Amino acid sequence: MPEIIFQIAIIVTKIVILTFVVVLPLVPLSVYFERRFSAIIQDRVGPNRVGIPLTLLGFKKDFHFFGLIQPIADGLKLFLKEDFTPNHVRKAFYWMAPALTVVPALITVCVVPFGSPISIFGHSEKLVIADLDIGPLFIFSVASLSVYGITLAGWSSNSKFPFIGGVRSTAQMISYEIALGLSIIPVLMYYGDLNLSTIVQQQADHGWLLLPLWKNGHLGLPDLNTALFWFPAAIAFLIFTISIFAETNRMPFDLPECETELVGGYHTEYSSMKFAMFFMGEYAAMVIGSALIITLFLGGWSIGFGLDAWVSKLHIGNIYFGGLIHMGCFLTKLLAFILFFILVRWTVPRFRYDQLMKLGWVVFFEAALINVFLAALIVAAPQLKSVIITSGAVLLVIVTAAVIWVAKVSEDTAKVLRA
Amino acid sequence: MAIVKLQRPKLNFGEKIYFGALIKGFFLTMSHAIKTLRGKSVGAESLASSGLGITMQFPEQRWDEHMPEYYRGAPALVTDEQGRERCVSCQLCEFICPPKAIKITPSEIPSDDPWAKVEKRPLEFDIDMIRCIYCGMCEEVCPEQAIYLRKDYLITGLKRADMVHDKKKLYEIGGTRVGLVNKWNELK
Repeated sequence: MPEIIFQIAIIVTKIVILTFVVVLPLVPLSVYFERRFSAIIQDRVGPNRVGIPLTLLGFKKDFHFFGLIQPIADGLKLFLKEDFTPNHVRKAFYWMAPALTVVPALITVCVVPFGSPISIFGHSEKLVIADLDIGPLFIFSVASLSVYGITLAGWSSNSKFPFIGGVRSTAQMISYEIALGLSIIPVLMYYGDLNLSTIVQQQADHGWLLLPLWKNGHLGLPDLNTALFWFPAAIAFLIFTISIFAETNRMPFDLPECETELVGGYHTEYSSMKFAMFFMGEYAAMVIGSALIITLFLGGWSIGFGLDAWVSKLHIGNIYFGGLIHMGCFLTKLLAFILFFILVRWTVPRFRYDQLMKLGWVVFFEAALINVFLAALIVAAPQLKSVIITSGAVLLVIVTAAVIWVAKVSEDTAKVLRA
Repeated sequence: MAIVKLQRPKLNFGEKIYFGALIKGFFLTMSHAIKTLRGKSVGAESLASSGLGITMQFPEQRWDEHMPEYYRGAPALVTDEQGRERCVSCQLCEFICPPKAIKITPSEIPSDDPWAKVEKRPLEFDIDMIRCIYCGMCEEVCPEQAIYLRKDYLITGLKRADMVHDKKKLYEIGGTRVGLVNKWNELK
């Protein structure tokens, strides 16, 4: 019986620490980075004032901390605003929608490995809340639920702009989920495993998927097969990253809430904390999306260059704390990727809706499918005879050419209308 | 009316694939960001900004040195080199003031005063800085050159009464203005 209580205590501690101490603060932090980064890109200053107002307590100087407290001030402001529910909304769904966007994003935290196992007094503990054997599938299945939040928000608001925003988001998220799912099949084939912890451990041992420059703790060039697999991996990375942008409704794909067309999009009718929850959901999805990309393609918590085994062995007495260093590495990568997300938002202009659909269905869907076959060919090559490899490659080239030809032909040229 | 048919520009393969333009865009935005982080953004030197963009960060940085000679700030009363208040309360400024910001209560100078010859001075002189539009008409119209627009621009207050500048405050802002009018000098 005490064993079970001990287990439950550990799980609860992991949930509290990883979700509420590690991931949730990343949300306001990324909001802050969004504002500061966009500001310096546009030659502005950005929020740099909010800090600890020591002058109110009679001290000489305030602490600004570069304005890092700004998100807290924003949150406080949103708490104090009137939570207005318009008369014409469908109340139950209107209330449910904000929670439906935040909760799935936060649930997916549970399969992300944050670091290598920490060992205290001989008791080893993995830095992941639930070490599921279906990691990416779990993330996809839960994260795709957040489309319900947006759609319900749009529909239940019972007004035009939110409705258009909701419909757009439904279509967009469903279209890009296909490319999202197909694009990581090569990755899963390569690892032969769906457990994210194992995937990261493999990357730590044999080189990151996009940087296979070491093997078993020694730097060195990869063998031919690994080197060849770099190409499908890079294509998968590209498609996956862009689909994640679409999935999180970030800038090049933020049609569900484009301010220029739809006022605020699906959250037009929301105010106060309900609006803040949409906001949080969007950024939490961004954090989880980047965590997934890092875990699958960029080595997760791995420091790389053959240093991971050495870091894992670091210990004081019986406490092996290498996992914490790995967690720091993971969070650094995560922040870097979030900054990349932000850079993309302030660089790339928004797509038109038909361009968005074409990109999803015509380009990425086909590219991901062909990529699956390419990866399969490369993975299976060592076991096959050269005749089969050659015929497979020829077949692949023919299929690719056919797909490109069909895409080109189906691209309808504008017909001249005659009155 | 002639009809102009516009042809959409033909895009070559590189432009169609879109990635070149994206990477160019990344370089552009990152170059701005890095310049700003190094404190060398647009206007850092030419506009004496904080370097974080063109913005001058106010309480720490002020534009006092960069203010033009002709800047019109708060109107204020001045004394001449003998310390005599120049205003003779003719009330021309009060009458010309477009937003009616100036209120003068005239009074006579008592006969035992060394400047009894001037005859009049203001007993009270209030300028309501909430109403003032900094047009400079009072300065233009003053026959005694007693009121000037100074370069003070930080006129703040916590209540309406704080924003009314009385005579004492006006002389404090204005200070002494040497030269120009010697009309009431005994020696001349």
